[in-house]
Amino acid sequence: MQKQVNQQERRARETRSLIGRILSYLFLTLWALIVLFPFYWMVLSSVKSYSAYNSEYVPAFFTLQPTLQNYADAFSAVPLGRYFLNTLIYTGVTTVIMIIVVVLSAYAFARLDFTGRKFTFTLFLSLMMIPNELVVITNFVTITNLGLRNTFTGLILPSVASVFYIYLLKENFEQVPDELYKAAKVDGTTDLKYLFKVMMPICQPTIVTIAILKIIECWNAYEWPGLITDNQAYFLVSNGIQEIRENGFGRENIPAMMAAVVVISLPLILLFLIFHKKIMEGVSRGGTKG
Amino acid sequence: MKMNRFKGWLYLLPALLFLGCFMLYPLVDVVIYSLEEGYNSASQTYFGVGLYNFSYVLHDPYFLQAVKNTLLLVVITVPVSTGLALLISMLLASIPKLRDLYQTVFFLPYVTNTLAVGLVFMILFKKTPYSDGMINALLALFGGEAVDFIDGPYWAKMLVMCLYTVWVVMPFKILILTSALASVNPDYYKVARVDATPKWRIFTKITLPMISPMIFYLVITGFIGAFKAYSDEVALFGTNLNAAGMNTIVGYVYDMLYGDSGGYPSYASAAALILFAIVLTITVINLLVSRRHVYYS
Repeated sequence: MQKQVNQQERRARETRSLIGRILSYLFLTLWALIVLFPFYWMVLSSVKSYSAYNSEYVPAFFTLQPTLQNYADAFSAVPLGRYFLNTLIYTGVTTVIMIIVVVLSAYAFARLDFTGRKFTFTLFLSLMMIPNELVVITNFVTITNLGLRNTFTGLILPSVASVFYIYLLKENFEQVPDELYKAAKVDGTTDLKYLFKVMMPICQPTIVTIAILKIIECWNAYEWPGLITDNQAYFLVSNGIQEIRENGFGRENIPAMMAAVVVISLPLILLFLIFHKKIMEGVSRGGTKG
Repeated sequence: MKMNRFKGWLYLLPALLFLGCFMLYPLVDVVIYSLEEGYNSASQTYFGVGLYNFSYVLHDPYFLQAVKNTLLLVVITVPVSTGLALLISMLLASIPKLRDLYQTVFFLPYVTNTLAVGLVFMILFKKTPYSDGMINALLALFGGEAVDFIDGPYWAKMLVMCLYTVWVVMPFKILILTSALASVNPDYYKVARVDATPKWRIFTKITLPMISPMIFYLVITGFIGAFKAYSDEVALFGTNLNAAGMNTIVGYVYDMLYGDSGGYPSYASAAALILFAIVLTITVINLLVSRRHVYYS
């Protein structure tokens, strides 16, 4: 008798946990659909022909006559290739300069002994609290007065400084054992050589993480480039998108607009597909978007 | 030794130059700007020194509208996204299969250009003479009436803005909470199971206290992030946010600085300082509250 009750109870519990699991999967799948749907919609709309798109009063969820015409339109009607190239240059140069600056100062804080090190580091840490909105006003005036509007120099210079990454790399540098440094010193290795030959290879994962995070940030930059460029020849993709939305194509050519959106989103999505482990790990250590 | 002392500063020099020119100096300068009354950016002259700029900004209906929009956005999206992220990461932790796949998919919005996807959201929600749009077509299935979410009533625009913000901030929150949940010592759960503790009690007495520092971290960063909202709104409603009535505080700063209504760095500075004061106050309050409720091991 007792046994039967136990069995019944166990079966009930199993059913309940099965239902719970099915519900979990259902809910997670629903959220995955919500996440993916905008991407599906942008690709779908970009392959619908202009006339097909505009004749659908109730939008269709698929198309049987996909066309690549919109992609050709997107590249010919607006200087999309130009925006793309600008963003590549901006992202590449900013990231490289930032890495050099960050590596040098992280090394100074982690390894070198000098007067005022503690104080300077505290000062750096407190700068992390300063929101961009506070400094952007003066930077705008500075860059304008220097005549650097619509130049890569003006775009790049204020985007370089990243106190948080200095902090992140300094923590990593400090984990490299002191003995290595002392041994290198005995051998007569210079600091710079030690930094490049020993420290950077050991801490390469952190440096790559920082670089990827900066690349994502640069690729999506909108506010600063929007302030400092009004010449289309220097637009980045975000500003290009906004320009397309307000003036390009005529407001109604949404398929071409979506083709541009797909082209612009693709590089980062590819980067993510290749490096998704690294990116997610990096963001959980040092990301701040939320 | 003396050489070494000099060398340290040499290595720091590039960082000091960049930070000095583009962070420290602007920080001082923004306060000066905010106090210069009647500053003219063309002639670089001003009438006097005082608090008039702050008074102007605080009486500007556009600014008040921006504050209202931003506050609503913060109050709605921070709890909703944190709660939803907690639910999703709990569910992720409970399923044995496909966890990595789901996690990767959920993270996708983090790496996308918010301007670009914002445009897609705009098209999904927009109602034009030619089409009611995707969302309205869905609503019609449930007997709803078509609403223009982009140019229509205030609540509809606010709804889209909140939905999009939640969509954008979820990846970061899910990621942080998933790793927080994974780091809870499994021994606690084993002991609880031996004691036959009900699930709800396990959640409130073990899980929640153990991950409370991370939840708290997300609430703070969420507050700060939502207070700085701007580019998502531009993507949805266009660059003229004042006309759409959907401006944010940061948007107000940028509008005052540059663009059709720009050329007033003093007003922009005052608004930026007011924003900083609000964010700082709320962060301090959060820290004080957390000291009582957050469990730090």
